[in-house]
Amino acid sequence: MNKVVRNVDEALVGIEDGMTLMLGGFGLCGIPENSISQLVKLGVKNLTCISNNAGVDDFGLGLLLQTKQVKKMISSYVGENDEFERQMLSGELEVDLIPQGSLAERCRAGGAGIPAFFTPAGYGTEVAEGKEVRIFNGKPHILESALTADFAIVKAWKGDTEGNLIYRETAMNFNPMMAMAGKITIAEVEELVPAGELDPNFIHTPGIFVQRIFKGEKFEKRIEQRTVRKRN
Amino acid sequence: MALDKTGIAKRIAQELQNGWYVNLGIGIPTLVANYVPDGLDVEFQSENGILGMGPFPFEGEEDADLINAGKQTITVKKGAVFFDSATSFAMIRGKHVQLTVLGAMEVSQNGDIANWKIPGKMVKGMGGAMDLVASAENIIVAMMHSNKAGESKILKECTLPLTGVGCVKKVVTELAVIEIKDGKFHLLERAPGVSVEEIVSKTEGDLVVPDFVPEMVI
Repeated sequence: MNKVVRNVDEALVGIEDGMTLMLGGFGLCGIPENSISQLVKLGVKNLTCISNNAGVDDFGLGLLLQTKQVKKMISSYVGENDEFERQMLSGELEVDLIPQGSLAERCRAGGAGIPAFFTPAGYGTEVAEGKEVRIFNGKPHILESALTADFAIVKAWKGDTEGNLIYRETAMNFNPMMAMAGKITIAEVEELVPAGELDPNFIHTPGIFVQRIFKGEKFEKRIEQRTVRKRN
Repeated sequence: MALDKTGIAKRIAQELQNGWYVNLGIGIPTLVANYVPDGLDVEFQSENGILGMGPFPFEGEEDADLINAGKQTITVKKGAVFFDSATSFAMIRGKHVQLTVLGAMEVSQNGDIANWKIPGKMVKGMGGAMDLVASAENIIVAMMHSNKAGESKILKECTLPLTGVGCVKKVVTELAVIEIKDGKFHLLERAPGVSVEEIVSKTEGDLVVPDFVPEMVI
């Protein structure tokens, strides 16, 4: 089944004001940067964005915050973004901060047809407020619900025309679960190959989860914290 | 003399045991990886999706796709593996990680920890900390004994929003090693040259002090 679209313009057709989007990535690693630029260009507003982080001020999801296109963020950690902090503290931006493991599992559950699950994470904290608590094996757990999105936008290293995806190193992170949880999943890849060229033994995301795939025009792959050691 | 951050990391490294998988938080905990005692086989997990984390890369060899949970560029050791975030937290929640070391703003004597939010001030989020503290069997907090205003961070009860309840087992600060047991802090060791009196005066929570408190061997 051919999932290939020609470019980012075609890939993002149908994204409208007020929609819920999932965006893969951890920090600036493994983010769908071409699609984010296109969202800025499209100017769609009142978005709910589900993403582990919110980028930095001038890259990643930070770009959508600068243009005030985001109504609500669902994230686990947003520490590197001044504009985010300003908008959140002033009440302009609605924010739902949730534990990282719960965020990952909520996306996975959404894609896997599991409406909710119990987890120990967040019990006794403000995350648990209003949530059902149940004891399993003598320990309290809270009920967390699944997440899905109108569009999930993920970034992979290699993909084929069937939409099968392979991620590279820690750029995998949230991308596989989010790919599963999108009503429509868009994959931007560094390398797009014909079906049959990827070894089926080593595919991370089966193409069934992907509706559109395109080769990203440019990947800046900015590094957030460049840490090195000296050569002896 | 009180320890510096490196000293805290060195002392925590003494807690490592052969064959452990260990998750290190951002800040002082990250330094622990530099002081693994010789001969110990320890693997570091980072919750963004890597097991078998190596040291920072040489200059010019940084790889944007290869980072730790602090978003720092890293390398991998032989036998390393990458995985997605759900699998990563399955390792954590499923108790496959033997030790978690993380920083804190406050710790209370029943083992509560607060390290993610100052109401009205800073908003960063909890990241993976809530998942880590809710499930880890063995949690060591690495932090300074007092905050920048000079107030004790080792308290009867936390005042900041909690990250987890009744989970911290041990705290290592620049002054002391403290165990949390039966709803109280227990002084195990003091930093070289630091007096018991100084530790007592800087600890707001109930601190049980034995007759003899050995100095840390760093």
